[in-house]
Amino acid sequence: MARNRVAIVGAGMTQFVRRAQETAKELAWEAASKALESCEMTLDDIDAVVIGSAPEAFDGVHMKSEYLSDGCGGWGKPVIRGYVGGGTGVFAPIQGWYHVASGLFDTVLVVCEEKMSSCQPHPQGAFLTIFDHTTERPLGPNLLWIFALEMNAYMTRYGLSKRDIALVSVKNRRNAADHPAALLGDPNITVEDVLNSEVLAWPVQRLDVSPVTDGAVAVVMAAEHVARRVTNKPVWVEGVGWCLDTAYWTNRDLSYPTYVEEAARMAYKMAGITEPRKQIHIAEPYDPFDYKELHHLEGLMLFDKGKAPEATALGITQRDGDLPVCPSGGLLGVGNPIAAAGLMKVAEIFWQLRGEAGARQVPGQPKRGVAQAWGDLMQVGTVIVLGVS
Amino acid sequence: MKEWVYDTVYLSEKDFETGRVLYETWVPNARYAWDAGIAIGRYLAELKAGRLVGVHCPSCGRVLVPPRMFCQDCFVPIDGFVPLQDTGTVVTFSLCSVRWDMVRLEHPLIPALIAIDGASPGMGILHLLGEVDPQAVRVGMRVRAVWKPPEEREGAITDIRYFKPLE
Repeated sequence: MARNRVAIVGAGMTQFVRRAQETAKELAWEAASKALESCEMTLDDIDAVVIGSAPEAFDGVHMKSEYLSDGCGGWGKPVIRGYVGGGTGVFAPIQGWYHVASGLFDTVLVVCEEKMSSCQPHPQGAFLTIFDHTTERPLGPNLLWIFALEMNAYMTRYGLSKRDIALVSVKNRRNAADHPAALLGDPNITVEDVLNSEVLAWPVQRLDVSPVTDGAVAVVMAAEHVARRVTNKPVWVEGVGWCLDTAYWTNRDLSYPTYVEEAARMAYKMAGITEPRKQIHIAEPYDPFDYKELHHLEGLMLFDKGKAPEATALGITQRDGDLPVCPSGGLLGVGNPIAAAGLMKVAEIFWQLRGEAGARQVPGQPKRGVAQAWGDLMQVGTVIVLGVS
Repeated sequence: MKEWVYDTVYLSEKDFETGRVLYETWVPNARYAWDAGIAIGRYLAELKAGRLVGVHCPSCGRVLVPPRMFCQDCFVPIDGFVPLQDTGTVVTFSLCSVRWDMVRLEHPLIPALIAIDGASPGMGILHLLGEVDPQAVRVGMRVRAVWKPPEEREGAITDIRYFKPLE
């Protein structure tokens, strides 16, 4: 299949905060304007706009992308909004990629925004309607249930302890202390802090979970001939993949994310990656809960099934380890404004590969990284591979 | 990259608690009447009669629960309903101490996936456990449905109050 080469050439973001004073539209503009500024482009240089944002129930605004569009620079342009739940933040740049790879557009501005704080009394309320209205909702479920059930399935399958998993929360919150936009960076957090935090839905405790967050992130994507004109450090999209598992989630093996593996296989094939553990230098797997980072590292085939916790304990996934994982600080540390959180991971790989990650820069000049997000009813995997070689 | 982070203006929880912030609130008036559907309609009717049923796929031969009118793997219509037992095995569970709005519960709820006897391996449904010490719940535990009395049943998943240990 003939495809044009596509690069990310700029990135920008808002602070990730518990409650922004800005409206959703204003947050989108802050991120979009920073991304354009970072590559010295203006809205006139942009051919099309991709908007990523999660449930409209968060904002109480129907047709949310129309509401957001002015803040995303969508006025007078072809605009599309993609939505695959928590997977949206990585799916949006995939959409940006095929807009350009197809030859339809030379430049695309991708903006992901989430303002969760509007939803009262708690944004979990916006998630209650993901459960089946007849067979599940009468049981009074909340969102924590599915994570707790999945975490327990994962722990039981491989005989893992809470301590094995808490190490991820510690690593990511410490990493986030070096991120200038982070909500929950903490250089001094310990495993004991995580293990002693309030039990919400055992095995899930307070510090196993990422926070409710407001924020936005934007990237500029361009065809090769534009990218080379705009920057001497284009970061190429080498592969993309996405996959959806069945919505009959109570029938699946919850201990392994098969759909992430399928999405990764699609992306790796496109990128020519045959040995991901050797050919991928940094990873930003989706970490809304600490066990999810481990789950996803295994789905991305970067560790054997059930072995990501051991690698974490050995320090392999530390910023100075053999495979730095979530050097940004992840959703656990930087924050989790749903769609924006996924694109934050893509932006982190972009900055890391350009050597611009500041205090978070991983050593050894990484040449290729993978970002992944996850969502819907625990069933979608979205994967993007970026490289500079 | 610090220069590419916008200097976002943010508020503290205290700003909201002390009413220092002006905002509008709105409570949506949204009501829905859902159809149970072909397969779940039968499922509910059988629950009212005190029975659990699954469906049989003629292509892969699996017995699926919750019932569905087509097998999503084979993408063919199912060829009939199959009676199941009201016993099963705990696949995974949680001890949930909070409601969706983070209000703390006095007694934790115990949601669980329960693989139902008579269905194919791995065919679980979401339900609750009861009449059990939360600390004693284990993956692999054998459980049985505790039904509401017939006159209280209304054709709903809650016609089963919860599952309790078999022993």
